[in-house]
Amino acid sequence: MNKVELVEFVKSIDKDLEIKEGKQYTEVTVPSSKLYSLAKQLREREEGKFDFLFCLSGVDYGQDLGVVYHLRSTIYNHVIVLKTRTSDREHPQLDSVADIWMTADFHEREVYDLLGIKFTNHPDLRRLFLDNSWGFPLRKDYVDDINIVTK
Amino acid sequence: MEEQVKNPIVDEQEEYFINMGPQHPSTHGVLRLVVSLKGEIVKNVEPHIGYIHRGIEKMCESITYPQIIHLTDRMDYLSAHMNNEVVCLAVEKALEVEIPDRIKVIRTIMSELSRIQSHQLFWASYGMDMGGQTCFFYGLRDREMILDIFEETTGGRMIVSYNCPGGLMYDIHPNFQKRVKDFIKYFRKVLPEYDAILTGNVIFRERSLGIGTLSLEDAISFGVTGPSGRASGFSCDVRKHEPYSAYDRVKFNEVLYTEGDTYHRYLARVEEMRESMNIIDQLIDNIPEGPYAVKMKPVIKVPEGEYFQRVETARGELGMFLISDGNKNPYRVKFRSPNFSNLGVLNQITKDFKIADLVAIAGSLDFVIPDIDR
Repeated sequence: MNKVELVEFVKSIDKDLEIKEGKQYTEVTVPSSKLYSLAKQLREREEGKFDFLFCLSGVDYGQDLGVVYHLRSTIYNHVIVLKTRTSDREHPQLDSVADIWMTADFHEREVYDLLGIKFTNHPDLRRLFLDNSWGFPLRKDYVDDINIVTK
Repeated sequence: MEEQVKNPIVDEQEEYFINMGPQHPSTHGVLRLVVSLKGEIVKNVEPHIGYIHRGIEKMCESITYPQIIHLTDRMDYLSAHMNNEVVCLAVEKALEVEIPDRIKVIRTIMSELSRIQSHQLFWASYGMDMGGQTCFFYGLRDREMILDIFEETTGGRMIVSYNCPGGLMYDIHPNFQKRVKDFIKYFRKVLPEYDAILTGNVIFRERSLGIGTLSLEDAISFGVTGPSGRASGFSCDVRKHEPYSAYDRVKFNEVLYTEGDTYHRYLARVEEMRESMNIIDQLIDNIPEGPYAVKMKPVIKVPEGEYFQRVETARGELGMFLISDGNKNPYRVKFRSPNFSNLGVLNQITKDFKIADLVAIAGSLDFVIPDIDR
C-alpha cells in the first residue's frame, strides 16, 4: 500500500482521526479511548495486516505523557506510526496492546517502569529494571540529586 | 524397594521454583531467570533484568550527538560498529548530509567484520554451553584476528567508537586491506572445521534438533529479529529490506530456515558468517578513494522532528527513535534493542522442555545483557 492508500485505509476505519505525513512515515494521532480498537483493526483487517510492532516508545512531552507505536506489515512492508497521549500526569492510564502484539508485554513494562504510564489489561504489569523506591526517571521533571549530575 | 520406585523423591505433581543467575555461567551475563518446574519440566520462565541498567536513554537527553556514539558502544558490545552506525545514520539523514562512497564501503566492511566476530563468539560459547570445551578455544583463536584488525585501525578492540556523524574518526590503517584479505582466506579454510566439530556432532544435534521451536507467527508477534527470527522463516534482514551504507551494491543471500528450532538458530549464524565473508570479498578490493569524513559543524543541531533509523546488528534489528527539538541534545531517544525483544519470547519457547534444554534455548537466542538493560 502506498501512502495515499494507507491514509484512505485508516480513514475507512475511523474518519475522525488526525493523520499527518511525517518525515518518514504516516503518523496517526489517536485519542487514548480509541487506541485499542484501532490497533486491533490495523492488525486484523486484510488490507492492513500490521503484524509487527517494531518499536514502542514512551515519551514525556512536558505537559502530556504519550506512547508512540511503530507498526510494520511483514506481508506488504508498509509502516504506520500511532501516537497517543494522556494529560493526566498523576495517574496516567492507557489501554494495553499486549494481547494484539506479544512483544508489547515487555515494552509496556519498560514504559511503566521509566515513565509511570499504567496499561490497563496488561497481563503482568510490574516494574522491569528498577525497584519500587525509584520514581519514574524518564520523566522530564524527575529530580535525583545523587545520580544525575547537572552542570 | 518397589515402594521407593513408585514414590520418587522429586515430586512431579507440585510446581517449585529455582533461581538461575544472575551469576550463572550459561546466562552470559547478569540475567536472572526464575524458573518454575514440575519435576524437571520447565513450566514458566520469568526473566528478571536491570542489574546493569545504566539509563542510557536518559543520559542521551543531556549530551550531544557525537557523545552518544560512545554510549551506544556499551549497549551491544559485540556489535559496537553497528550500534555506532545507527546514531550516525539517523543524524546524517536528519541533516541531509551526503556521505561519500569511501565511508559507506568502510562502514559496511567494518560491520560485517563485527558480525563475523560476534557469531564466532556465539559459536564458541554455545559450544561450551552444550558441553564442547574445544569450541571455545577455536572460536576465540579466530576472533582474535578480527580484534587485531580493529585494534590497528580504530585503537579499540571491542569498544571501537569508529563511526562518528559525518564519517569515520580516522582513516583505515595502510595494512587494513591486506590483513582483512588474509583473514578471509584463512577463515574460509577454518570454517569447515567449525561444522566438523559442532554442527555434525551427534550429541549436539540430539540436544538441539526440534528443541525450543518458534513458529513464524510467534516470531513476528514477539518481534524476534536477526538470525533467531530468520531461523523461523521471518524475513527481517534490514540489510535487504531497507539497505543502508553500501548494502545496496553487494550481492548476498538472506539466510532463511523454516524449522525455527535451536539447531537452525545456530545454523543461521554459521551460514551468516559465510555470507558476511562474501560481502567483504566484494568490497575489500574496491574501496573508493576520497575523504574519510565530511566536515560537520562543530556543534551538531538536528532539525526539529522525529526520525527513525534501523540497522541490522549481529542479533537483529536495532532501531533508534529520535525526537529532536532543534537543540544540540536530543529531546528523547529510544533504542529498540534486538535483545530486549528477543528476551520476551524465552518463556514461550522453553515451556514443556527440560531444564537442561533451557540452557540450550537461551544460548541459541544469543543474549548480550547490556543490550537488554541499556
